Parts: sequence; structure tokens; C-alpha cells
Amino acid sequence: MTRKLLFAAFFSVAATGLHADVIAPDDVAANEYGEVEVSLTGVSGDPARGEEVMTNRGLGNCIACHQVTALDDYPFHGEVGPTLDGAADRWTEAALRGMLVNADNIFPDSAMPSFYRVSGFVRPGNGYTGRAAEGPLEPILSAQQVEDVVAYLLTLTE
Amino acid sequence: LMGTAATLSADEDADLVINGDLEMIVRTEAPDHLDGHLDMIYSGWTFRSDETQAMQMDDFDNPAMLFVEQGIEIFNTAMGTEGNSCATCHETPENLSEVRAVYPQWDEERGEVQTITMQINECVTERMGAEALGWSSRDMVNLEALIASVGRGNVVNVAIDGPARETWEMGREIYYTEYGILEMSCATCHEQNYGNYIRADHLSQGQINGFPTYRLKNARLNSTHSRFRGCIRDTRAETFAEGSPEFIALELYVASRGNGLTVEGPSVRN
Ligand code: HEC
Ligand code: HEC
Ligand code: HEC
Repeated sequence: MTRKLLFAAFFSVAATGLHADVIAPDDVAANEYGEVEVSLTGVSGDPARGEEVMTNRGLGNCIACHQVTALDDYPFHGEVGPTLDGAADRWTEAALRGMLVNADNIFPDSAMPSFYRVSGFVRPGNGYTGRAAEGPLEPILSAQQVEDVVAYLLTLTE
Repeated sequence: LMGTAATLSADEDADLVINGDLEMIVRTEAPDHLDGHLDMIYSGWTFRSDETQAMQMDDFDNPAMLFVEQGIEIFNTAMGTEGNSCATCHETPENLSEVRAVYPQWDEERGEVQTITMQINECVTERMGAEALGWSSRDMVNLEALIASVGRGNVVNVAIDGPARETWEMGREIYYTEYGILEMSCATCHEQNYGNYIRADHLSQGQINGFPTYRLKNARLNSTHSRFRGCIRDTRAETFAEGSPEFIALELYVASRGNGLTVEGPSVRN
């Protein structure tokens, strides 16, 4: 009993510690160009994990809509968005973070989803069940996953 | 096309002739009420792979025709307290051949837009004394496949003026609303991106002239409303229920986007 309580206390402290520097979705500030200059976590992104997020259906699923030559090993790249080849030559880190957080920051009325937003949706669902979401919404990607994807996109030079 | 996406090629210019003699209109000018949102409208058939297209060109190869057979059986079977079958009043399914092209339709007596599903249940409950069939139940979808099959080749011509207008406008509003956590509308996929791949899926215009559809993916007949549900669910949204006022309005609106194509159901899709 005592041990359990001790562990519980330990984990809640650890959790709070982990989240201390993470900017919550509703608190992200974009500048007048829609760019988000400050890292969401303060921890630099990992491009390898970013690649996983880009290709995994349950995470970013970016290749559902985008062709990326460097990801040719993964099947079925979509055509809804433009190719991301050379994205790092066209966009700054802050602009990429801005569009991932909230696509409307950079592309008003875009087909691209917002990956780090939790409000403003019409009939938000509970995953892919078709039922209503319960409780507070989670963003599609975590703050660190957004940073990982930004780091990956910055490798896409031509 | 990006080579990476196109595993199964589609011949988007192919023409559909069923059983060697029934010519379908699978592409034509968009109706005026689309206000230039689309120049041309296309049947979903034109976006399918050569193999899937071929299955629909001959009734012997079309798996959906088995369900039409079952529909004929139901049509001729008495049910309910009145001892009637559909055939008691309508004699043959061919007498209903004009139905599929003009539904959903305003029903003066009831003061509402009625889909074929609702009309069938009106007959089932009020004229046969039987329990209403479930919206996407097997018997219902089989009867709808039968009614579509005898209407094949007729030009879709759903009325959107007069008292149906309000429902039609509600359907249009739903069509352009971005639902769910992915914030996508029907138009995002089926108006702005038809012809494009989304992952491995080749997007069509989301027309319903081919319903009910036999899908190779689930090997059964699928109703219009179950397709609507699936599409809204895929935006990570809370869907509407089959048979809900929202889906009835959406069905009228989407049907009207296909005015000018021919009735093609039951069709084959992947
Ligand atoms: C449902 C479709 C869809 C998904 C999923 C999607 N995007 Fe996009 N994306 C678009 C569209 C459409 C545009 C074009 C923006 C516009 O003009 O509306 C775009 C634009 C972009 C651009 C700018 C392209 C350029 O170089 O000019 C980047 C970078 C990008 N997306 C990255 C991503 C990443 C990373 C993910 C996944 C985490 C992702 N997208 C997921 C549809 C999508
Ligand atoms: C006792 C008579 C009777 C029986 C039994 C009956 N119907 Fe009807 N049906 C009618 C009448 C009368 C109408 C026209 C009423 C109306 O338009 O609202 C009608 C209309 C229809 C229509 C629409 C026709 C049109 O041109 O708009 C369809 C479709 C239909 N019935 C299908 C069926 C099916 C399927 C069954 C069996 C499950 C069935 N009916 C059983 C009498 C019957
Ligand atoms: C995220 C993308 C997406 C959205 C949003 C979407 N759909 Fe679809 N829809 C698809 C895909 C993929 C298919 C299967 C391929 C095809 O026929 O386009 C499909 C198929 C269909 C079909 C079957 C067409 C046929 O000929 O078999 C209909 C009808 C349809 N959608 C209607 C809708 C309606 C109405 C909405 C809005 C309520 C909607 N869709 C929203 C992706 C989408």
C-alpha cells in the first residue's frame, strides 16, 4: 500500500516535470505570417522518429496525401497535396511548425488537417469509430511528434 | 499520376455498355445547379480498375445480381397481416422501372422528401401490415438492388425545386461542411480531389447513381447511407445515423449532383 502510493507520487511528479516545457495546443502562438518560431517542447526533433510519424497510418499519415521520393520504400503515396521533395528549400522551420500545428496558419481553406489543435471542430469523433468524442480532445500528434516531423521535413532538400 | 500510387490502373475514358447492349452515360456535363463547381460529372465506375469495371459489364460477372435474385423472391413473398406481397399491387418489378432515376422525391401527402427506402417501408407498414424493414437490412437493400436494376439506363433526374428545395439546401450545406478532427468535407475529397489518389484509394466524385454497390472489400451490397457513414467516420467525426434527416437531405443533394448520369445500380466497386 505505502509502496503503491509512493510510486503514484513519483510518477505524477515525473509526468509534471516532463510536461513543464511543453506548450499546450491552445497556447501555441503564431506570428503574423502563421509561423511558430518557438519549439513546442524545447527538445530538438528526431528525424528518424519523424519518418515513422510521416508514414504511419495511425500517426501523421502524411504520405496518404503527399508524395515523398525519400520515402519510396513505403507504398501508396497520395496526390491530394503537393510533393514534399525540396520542402526544406521552400519553407523555414517556423513555417513548417506553423502549418503542422494548424494548417490554416499558412494555408487558409486547405485540405490539410491540423495536427496540434484541440478545438474548433464540427462533430469531432472518437478516433475512427464514428461515435462522438468523449472528454477533452487530444491533438492528432503530440508536441514532440510535431518537432520530430519538422526535423524530418528539414532533411528534404534538393 | 504518381507512379507510386497507381498500382491498379483505371481507364477513365472507358465506356460502359452492360450485357453488350445497355449503354450507360458515365460522363456528361454537370447540371446547372452545381454552379460551375464541376464542369463534368462522372460515374464512380470510370475510376475503378479495369478488372472491377469489367465485372459490371456483364450480369453474369456482376456479384450484385445474386442479390437482385433474392430481391425478386422477397418481391413475390407475402408478408404482414394483409397477406400482400409487393407483386399483389405492383405485379412485376419492371412496373417500378421509373422509380430509381427520380428518387428521393417530395411526397405531397406526407409533406417530406422520401427516399426509396422510406417509400418501400410506407408500403410495408401501411399496405402490408408488416414491421418496417431495417434501413440497411439485407431485405431492404436487396429490394433496392432490384428496383435499381430494372431502372438501369434511365437518366437520373431528381427534382430539387418546389417544396423539396429546403431539404436540398440542407443537403448542400452538409456536403460542404468540414467534419471531424481531420476537417474534411465531401467536397474536399469528391469535388476538389476526384481523380487523385488518397493513399491507395482512387477518388471518384462520390456519385450515387450506382447504388446499392457491391464492394469487393466487404463482399456484400452497401446502401447509400452506410457509404455516407463510412466517409464521415473517416474524417474522425461523429457520423449521422442511417435514415436520419441529415442523411436523407444529403441523399437528395448528392443524387441531384448526378442528374444526367444513368442509373447503374447495383454496381461493383472495390
Ligand atoms: C488530407 C490531406 C493531407 C494530409 C494528411 C497532409 N497534408 Fe500536407 N498538404 C496538403 C495540401 C492539400 C497541401 C497544399 C496546401 C494548400 O495550398 O492548400 C499541403 C501542404 C503541405 C506542405 C507544404 C508543401 C510545399 O512544399 O509547398 C507541407 C510541408 C506539408 N503539407 C506537410 C505535411 C505533413 C508533414 C503531413 C503529416 C504530418 C501532412 N502534410 C499531411 C494535404 C495534406
Ligand atoms: C397493397 C398495395 C401495395 C403493396 C402490397 C405494395 N405497394 Fe408499393 N405502392 C402502392 C401504392 C398505392 C403506391 C403509390 C403511393 C405513393 O406514391 O405514395 C406505391 C408506391 C411504391 C413505390 C414508389 C412508386 C413511384 O412511382 O413513386 C415503390 C418503389 C414501391 N411502392 C415499392 C413497393 C415494394 C418494394 C413493395 C413490397 C415490399 C410494395 N411496394 C408493396 C401499393 C402497394
Ligand atoms: C477523406 C476523404 C473522403 C471524404 C471526406 C469523403 N469521402 Fe466519400 N469516398 C472516399 C473514398 C476513398 C471512396 C472510395 C473511392 C471512391 O469511390 O471515391 C469514397 C466513396 C464514396 C461514394 C461511393 C461512390 C461510388 O461510385 O461507389 C460515395 C457515394 C461517397 N464517397 C460520398 C461521400 C459523401 C456524401 C461525403 C461527405 C459526407 C464523402 N463521401 C466524404 C473518401 C472520402
